Amino acid sequence: MLRRLSIGITTLMIVTAPTLALALQPPSAAQEGFRPLSELPPGQQVPAAPLLIGSYAFFLVLMMFYLWTIWRRIGRVEKELHDLVRRQAAVKR
Amino acid sequence: MRKIFLPLVVVTAAMFVYAPIAIALAPYESTMLLVQKIFYFHFATWMAVTAALTVCGISSAVYLFKGSPVADRIGAASAELVAVFTLFGLVSGSLWARKAWGIWWDWEPRLTMAFMLELIFFGYIIVRRFGGPGAEKLAAAMGIFGAATAPFIYKSTDWWRTIHPKTSVMRTLTDTPGGTIMWNVVIFCSVTFLILFALVLAARVRLEQLRGDLDRLYLAAED
Repeated sequence: MLRRLSIGITTLMIVTAPTLALALQPPSAAQEGFRPLSELPPGQQVPAAPLLIGSYAFFLVLMMFYLWTIWRRIGRVEKELHDLVRRQAAVKR
Repeated sequence: MRKIFLPLVVVTAAMFVYAPIAIALAPYESTMLLVQKIFYFHFATWMAVTAALTVCGISSAVYLFKGSPVADRIGAASAELVAVFTLFGLVSGSLWARKAWGIWWDWEPRLTMAFMLELIFFGYIIVRRFGGPGAEKLAAAMGIFGAATAPFIYKSTDWWRTIHPKTSVMRTLTDTPGGTIMWNVVIFCSVTFLILFALVLAARVRLEQLRGDLDRLYLAAED
């Protein structure tokens, strides 16, 4: 599963990195005029709470997923190790 | 490490439970208000990235020049942690930028270099996984050069004109109203992340150690 996931991530990065680089070109001269966000009308302002909650939720999900992958990988290697030791003991007998 | 691992897990879990409370109780920054509270985990994660880069760079160099298998395990484990923490640093920064700068992303020096750092360490993981025999040495060289980017990323906001705040902004934190409380929360979150880094590193090194044992057993069985 992790092998498939890493192949997926690599493919995704290879495909999206150039697309992102092209899509996120520096702004044209017409876009460069700076306007402080506090001066924007309320309808155009970005709400902060979803961004803040999103940030902390992303951290929680990322960490939980990463810890789960470590736990799963350790479990798999330990199982393989025990199986191998058992097989070797059986051969010796 | 085994004796203090479990107590440290409990302490870290308690610190992660308390961290959102401390962040919520910290005063609002006067210009950015609520969204600035992303900063506490954002800064802390970059502290963890710095620790992971330092560990990765030193252990990769030790492995390359001394051939120590322990250093190789630590290098591989810390490189994965660089990738994980950098991913969160980039995402949290992007979410903060959406409100503070009005954009999700900008190809300015700090962000671009941090993105390159992520690519280097994704490359490290891929090389180790699919590189075949000798991939460990190639990956260790990548680890050293990846770690060497850290001071450039840190100083990039001082050296080049950028929308990212300069490194001196941290020193001004205590001068603002409620700055001392904010600074204490920053330190608390940073310590929490550094302990988390140490714990996950230990678990990840254990995985590498088990893999090494398994490889040795397979080799012994073949003989």
